Amino acid sequence: MTTPPGRDPAPVTTDSGIPVAPVYTSADVAGGAQALEERLGLPGQPPFTRGPYASMYRGQLWTMRQFAGFGSPEETNARFRFLLGQGQTALSVAFDLPTQLGYDSDHDMAGGEVGRVGVAIDTADDMAGLFAGLPLDKLSVNFTINATAPVILALFLVAAERQGVRPDQLTGTLQNDILKEFLARKAYVFPPAPSMRLTADVVEYASGVLPRFNPISVTGYHAREAGCTAVQELGLTMASAVAYCAELTGRGLAFDAFAPRLSFHFATTLDLFEEVAKLRAARRLWYRIATGRFGASDPASARLRFFSGNAGTTMTAQQPLNNVIRSTIQCLGAVLGGAQSIHVMGYDEAFELPSEEAVTLSLRTQQIIALETGVTRTADPLAGSFFVEHLTDEIEAGAREVLREIDGLGGAVKALEQGVPQRWITEAAYSAQQRLASGESPKVGVNVHVMRGDFGEAELFEPDPGIEERQIERTRRHRAARDATACAAALRGLERDTAAGRNVMPALVGAARAGATVGEMSEQFRRAFGEFREPSPW
Amino acid sequence: MRRPRLVLAKPGLDGHDRGIKVIAMALRDAGAEVVYLGLRVTPAQIAAAAVAEDADAVGISVLSGAHLPIAERVLTAMRAAGASAPLAVGGTIPARDAEALRRLGVAEVFGVGTALPDAVRGMLRLARPAAA
Repeated sequence: MTTPPGRDPAPVTTDSGIPVAPVYTSADVAGGAQALEERLGLPGQPPFTRGPYASMYRGQLWTMRQFAGFGSPEETNARFRFLLGQGQTALSVAFDLPTQLGYDSDHDMAGGEVGRVGVAIDTADDMAGLFAGLPLDKLSVNFTINATAPVILALFLVAAERQGVRPDQLTGTLQNDILKEFLARKAYVFPPAPSMRLTADVVEYASGVLPRFNPISVTGYHAREAGCTAVQELGLTMASAVAYCAELTGRGLAFDAFAPRLSFHFATTLDLFEEVAKLRAARRLWYRIATGRFGASDPASARLRFFSGNAGTTMTAQQPLNNVIRSTIQCLGAVLGGAQSIHVMGYDEAFELPSEEAVTLSLRTQQIIALETGVTRTADPLAGSFFVEHLTDEIEAGAREVLREIDGLGGAVKALEQGVPQRWITEAAYSAQQRLASGESPKVGVNVHVMRGDFGEAELFEPDPGIEERQIERTRRHRAARDATACAAALRGLERDTAAGRNVMPALVGAARAGATVGEMSEQFRRAFGEFREPSPW
Repeated sequence: MRRPRLVLAKPGLDGHDRGIKVIAMALRDAGAEVVYLGLRVTPAQIAAAAVAEDADAVGISVLSGAHLPIAERVLTAMRAAGASAPLAVGGTIPARDAEALRRLGVAEVFGVGTALPDAVRGMLRLARPAAA
């Protein structure tokens, strides 16, 4: 690190606070060329720094997967068809909050929230309607669902069954990462220990019957959105992954039996080089954890694959078209970092759900980067950059330090129960907001280059106001029409298996098939496990 | 003169609590006493806390888009409980809904893009109209 003497006393750093020198040379690459070679390997080879696959985007482009869902299953089905018609290559389902938290649409707690931030799903019929005419043996589907992930997976398996699709034909990802709900996203229901059991039940079940499906996506994205740095994001993600793997191997499962199907999810924000370095460091760090801590022998167990979405917190309500530029840079960062799957946020998402126009532009952003820029022609194009390699090393070292701190608190679950990483995130968010207020962090249209009356909200997306009533009516009709005796028996089976500590998935599939609702199935878990209350944030 | 007392809460099911926690910290740094009730708080719990804490103002944050029905329920619960503190609503609130919230009886609306110092000044002004 060389800083010219007598100039620029304010330290220049990345967004994570890593010092940045005016220029980097080969002297900044630790250990010299030979050591660097060992830290990099080749794409598709350990330690996978340069990418999970040898041919990267020459072999296969990343999956373009715009997150979508609102209103009823029919409305979301129409949005899915629209996106596929525009060249999207897979689906990603957003659920409304009642579904995420295990309430039926007619529950008192659901009032005002039905179909609002995602699609309302109460029953297997709703799930079948969501995918009506969309072949589940061909389309990969991502589900952003966590506390109620086992319930949603059961409904999905029943919907596939009705299409004549076998579980072993299904591809896609269930987010199923409950730890980041306690950490940042906050859509938890049950306390951490039984939540870990449900997560592990899903992964264990999937390792038997869903060989092509990712039963978990270990996620740093939400902690980042809630305020933490890139270094903390990576460290916390790895701490969660370690906790899940320990839970699963603790059940007697072999690491190599489930680890190849673990997937990851990171944010890509605006500090372009730091973000690319973080994504490269993520692969190397996971390789070291998988082989070092868990003794992976299958290379696929140590090969990190990830989905990336750009950060909503980088978006502004002021001069919203500027968000198109921000999204483009973040999408490019994800590509240069070697993402397997990408979501680009709508430029209007600072206000509301993206309009059809905004979501199309998001998809076009991905398509233009993929088809017109040539960045896909070679794997890991920034490898060997003195700066990027230096940052990759620094981020890996910083993330290991975070992991060590979490280990010192007794692991991710214990740390979360004490509220420690939650407080790191809150403090980082406060300090970021103060830097924004003081102008220390420039934000175009917000604290520099401000224009009067520049809140562009003319074309707001309007959800259908009648959705809540219609969904409630549909769910009530469903309850009245089903075979009540069979449904009650299936729910008792779920209650027994939950109490006995058996894997809940077979009983959930049985209950879903018998017409049990999301609320009824979740209620079995609420009774058995109770609900979590967050410790004080201060 | 006692410090302004503020009750903050996240009603509804939305878990986006970055904003309200940042506001709570900034209000404390500005000298206010802040009681943060946390997530998924019911309208009745908010009203009860406003009375029990003798709040000078109440602030709720909603980022799910459900701000209109939720604010209406919170106001109803506050009136029923005899809580007279003014209610402020923050979140992803478009301009057209800010007007509708005010018509319902919401005293202050902090929509997307509100600068932190403006939100702090706004809450303190609500809590202590004479001093502001």
